[in-house]
Amino acid sequence: MEKIPILKMGQFLLVTIQIDLYDRLALNLEADLVQMVSKTGARGVLIDISAVSIVDSFMGRIIGNIASMSKIMDAETVVVGMQPAVAITLIELGLPLTGVHTALDVEKGMALLRKKILVDGEEDDVDDDGADYGSE
Amino acid sequence: MKIEISKMLQKKKKQIIDLWMKNQMADATLRDDLISNEDLRSQSEELVDALLKKLTDENLTNIDSADFDDVYEILGGISITRARQGFSPRETGTYIFSLKDALLTILQQEIKNDPAQLYEATLKVSKLIDSFGIVTFETFIKGREEVILRQTSEITEISTPVIRVWDGILALPIIGTLDSARTQVVMENLLQEIVNTGSSIAILDISGVPAVDSLVAQHLIKTVSATRLMGAECIISGIRPEIAQTVVHLGIDLSNVITKATLASALKHAYSILQLEVRKKQLAQNSSKTN
Repeated sequence: MEKIPILKMGQFLLVTIQIDLYDRLALNLEADLVQMVSKTGARGVLIDISAVSIVDSFMGRIIGNIASMSKIMDAETVVVGMQPAVAITLIELGLPLTGVHTALDVEKGMALLRKKILVDGEEDDVDDDGADYGSE
Repeated sequence: MKIEISKMLQKKKKQIIDLWMKNQMADATLRDDLISNEDLRSQSEELVDALLKKLTDENLTNIDSADFDDVYEILGGISITRARQGFSPRETGTYIFSLKDALLTILQQEIKNDPAQLYEATLKVSKLIDSFGIVTFETFIKGREEVILRQTSEITEISTPVIRVWDGILALPIIGTLDSARTQVVMENLLQEIVNTGSSIAILDISGVPAVDSLVAQHLIKTVSATRLMGAECIISGIRPEIAQTVVHLGIDLSNVITKATLASALKHAYSILQLEVRKKQLAQNSSKTN
């Protein structure tokens, strides 16, 4: 059975979905990811869905669920690389994914995650995050 | 003795055409700037030809008869061409109804001695031409509607340019009313452009939108949410005082959307998000010293 790999990169978990999701796979991913977050104590999760061209309401809900679950476990979720057609579909389905952060590509998503964790974390230098934006 | 109206009219074809042409020439609404007299004559001849060929005393009272299909086709053709050429409905109507005058004059000349029969024939011919008139109008309006539809689709296509104002900042001025179909086009164009350019901020300028009702607001919110899903930020600018009033009166919640009064302030906000700064150039001496 196919499995979507979850890669650990420092404080973050990286998930790239390279195939079109079907229901069972999405459910497994949800379970695996929550397990991984608790096991590694990751502070951020980055999900790249640039290769996903079809979504339905179920998939939209799963993405929303993953975000909420990670948030409860103190990890921010960023969804990156959503295709225009997918975005329009989700909106038309009435799933604006309000709790989920989004970014255009993996690079920008990583920068966003770093910024988020920095702002929320102990290093309380909000005014100075311009310098940390891409350099850290 | 009963006179066959159709036979009689067929015999008088030449006279009918001449009379009709004379009527048209005498009419004040004649548009010789739009159609030449020769064209008008050949057009009229074709119509009278087709009509008289198919006309019998039976189908004279039956306006739906299949015999008249040819005539309706020619009428439709004439009417549509006239709609495109810019004839007014009155001019097109007068064109058909002046044929009635010609036919009635001929009838009057031929059936002088029998008022009852003249009355009956007049009635039938009137009815027939009236029905032709209605068909002409229907096709005329259809022709105009086609023109309108074509223009609408052209406007939709040309009126949604996505402009790249800065590295990473897109602007999309919306001009005209937003309906579902246009929102779809606007949204698709914008999202595609975001992917193509990798821009992280999109400015939606609605200063050209005449009115915002709850439907338009919903479309705007949809576009903003879709942009956000893509990972870009969307700013709505160009909110005029009247629009602000209607939005609040309608109870539309725009609190999750960044709104700015002008495109300039939206751009300023975009710069601050991207941590850019626009500054006046310093004097050459100063800059050379500092460097």
